[in-house]
Amino acid sequence: MGSILSGTEAASLVRALPGVDAVGLEARAAGLATRSVKKESKAKAIDLAISMIDLTTLEGADTPGKVKSLAAKAVRPDGDAPSTAAVCVYPSLVPTAAAALAGTGVKVASVATGFPAGQVPLEIRLADTESAVRAGADEIDMVVNRGAFLSGDLERVYHEIKAVKAAAEGARLKVILETGELVTYDDVRRASWLAMYAGADFIKTSTGKVGVNATLPVTLLMMQAVRDYRALTGIQVGVKPAGGIRNTKDAIKYLVCINETLGDDWLSNEWFRFGASSLLNDLLMQRQKLKTGHYSGPDYVTVD
Amino acid sequence: MFEYAPAPESVRPQIKEHYGLFIDGRFTDAADGAVFKSLNPSTEEILFTVAEAGEADVRAAVAAARRAQEAVWGPMSGTERGKYLFRIARLLQERAREFAVAESLDNGKPIKETRDFDVPTAAQHFFYHAGWADKLAFAVPGFAGQGPGGADPKPLGVVGQVIPWNFPILMLAWKIAPALACGNTVVLKPAETTPLTALMFAELCQEADLPPGVVNILPGAGATGSALVNSPVDKVAFTGSTAVGRAIAKAVAGSKKKVTLELGGKAANIVFDDAAIDQAVEGIVNGIFFNQGHVCCAGSRLLVQESVAEEVLARLKERVSTLRVGDPLDKNTDIGAINSAEQLARITGLAKVGEEEGADVWQPACDLPERGFWFRPTVFTGVQQSMRIAQEEIFGPVLSVLTFRTPDEAISKANNTPYGLSAGVWTEKGSKILWAAERLRAGVVWANTFNQFDAASPFGGLKESGYGREGGRQGLEAYLDV
Repeated sequence: MGSILSGTEAASLVRALPGVDAVGLEARAAGLATRSVKKESKAKAIDLAISMIDLTTLEGADTPGKVKSLAAKAVRPDGDAPSTAAVCVYPSLVPTAAAALAGTGVKVASVATGFPAGQVPLEIRLADTESAVRAGADEIDMVVNRGAFLSGDLERVYHEIKAVKAAAEGARLKVILETGELVTYDDVRRASWLAMYAGADFIKTSTGKVGVNATLPVTLLMMQAVRDYRALTGIQVGVKPAGGIRNTKDAIKYLVCINETLGDDWLSNEWFRFGASSLLNDLLMQRQKLKTGHYSGPDYVTVD
Repeated sequence: MFEYAPAPESVRPQIKEHYGLFIDGRFTDAADGAVFKSLNPSTEEILFTVAEAGEADVRAAVAAARRAQEAVWGPMSGTERGKYLFRIARLLQERAREFAVAESLDNGKPIKETRDFDVPTAAQHFFYHAGWADKLAFAVPGFAGQGPGGADPKPLGVVGQVIPWNFPILMLAWKIAPALACGNTVVLKPAETTPLTALMFAELCQEADLPPGVVNILPGAGATGSALVNSPVDKVAFTGSTAVGRAIAKAVAGSKKKVTLELGGKAANIVFDDAAIDQAVEGIVNGIFFNQGHVCCAGSRLLVQESVAEEVLARLKERVSTLRVGDPLDKNTDIGAINSAEQLARITGLAKVGEEEGADVWQPACDLPERGFWFRPTVFTGVQQSMRIAQEEIFGPVLSVLTFRTPDEAISKANNTPYGLSAGVWTEKGSKILWAAERLRAGVVWANTFNQFDAASPFGGLKESGYGREGGRQGLEAYLDV
């Protein structure tokens, strides 16, 4: 349904969305965050969270060595712990990641479209996307044009996402809304729907490169959006909070939100991801603690 | 679905096998030796036995309160009274988890609520009123500086207080904190089914070195309450049913006793078509399923605009299906036990009437524990204004859903009740909130939220929901001779 809408139709549907009550949304997220997940549920939640991680490195200092090290960790994080969902890198490191992960089942995700600001001409963003896919990216994490969005040009944002979707053919497309720059919940809801109408396979909160990254209320709101979008169109879209989720306790709060907002259908790495780097080691430490009954400390998980 | 393993609260308060009456700073048995039992409503096990106060005990307690008021508490400076109240507030905070578990055991409500709402809010009431104790001249408009030598307004004297079982420690705080801050002494009767936290509070008063007789706690049933109302107190403060409130008003009529009553309600929660629907659904759930619906100001009537009714109901049912009903001490429990067999029978009876009168009943599929008093969260749709479930207070997890076409119709349906305690309005439009709040005949109108309480905010009803305010500056006037 998404792809057959014109830009004007999509924009007017999005503009007509009902508002979000900020106080109520935050209260609901805070309420869900009080769930107590212990013992065998915690063990399951930890393994599920590990399997949902897009293990990420997005630094100017990234090298093939760093990416290989991360890939090895993603495939076999610790003992019998599950692999992560993907390794997420800049486009120039996709060949390295693809070679390191070939045949492992761990996906290669690449940011593209002039990440993180996206402030480069569209043809360059499209070329960036095409080259990442050609180099072996299974998944593309694009950024939306926040400048166009905030200036009210929703049609342009819609067309750009559709163009990137076409350029990323063969890969799953995650659309980064950069919610920290959209600021209001109303705009997060609008951007979520716009991205879904344009064909996003995932909607993702953040680049991790601005002051405010993933928060529980924003992610809950995006979960409500994918839930409602499927009810309307039959099309299921995934959700990826990214940036700022560093420990097990926080990750479990997100899983509780999926559990009580979206249910089983989204409780797998096919439909939910964490964009994170340091989260993995905290999950592994908690995993060891559950197995052995005591904390082992950071020297017992690898630095990659 | 990913299941949450049981997460029982591990703190266990020291509950005695037997509690006495708390009179003049000491625990003592009833003059006639009467005793009753308190049950854990989630298991039907006996938690403890407790002395039942009779007329002689009421006389003794009121006399003790009179002595304390005249000799110690009344003459004491506001600053000193404030110190005691601050001490009580701090002790309550320090022992918060213990009180939370005890409240959950005796009442059946989930630990999540006692831990995050009942006990912290009770402590807040003591902190708030402790601050007022030495500023009473500013509590009454026009009073400051006018009294002789800048004197404070005077207390009433001895106050008889009768509280309900739905928020035992919180209602105790609402009653005792302002009374003591103003210089009164109190004789309080906790509800028959939930005396535990009031008795633990009595122990806490001993720990705080509160002068004997300032606070007296008399467990008992209706007869004890009646004896207290008819005793020589200067004021009666009551929270509970409208029927009992009416009897109290009759009993004190023609006497010099002042009275405040906080009674029943049948609040309308109005959802307009321009509301933020997901958050409105949360508010509906919070409005009626908070504390098993044992809330006088519960949003028990949902008035939803017909154009969005289908969507709201679909979302509401989906949400209610995620509520976790069960062991009140499990930290993940959303809905606990019904407080008593008697209350369960009343809820069950009214729900049956709802079905007989032609409303459509819906309940989520959820397992209930075998023992104890339980009722599934229930939504009645197709409810008409003429049905009993739209008129009578059910005081349980039962929501009656009605629809309206225009804002005027919403207001007239909302006001079409003898009660007038609270109401809710859900719309993204500020002007509509103000328009509705002006027209709703209710003591509290919540906008885009529900069941919010604060010590600084006066609470109370209109019409048959009672009179007098509790909390805030307005609440102090009910305990001052002005």
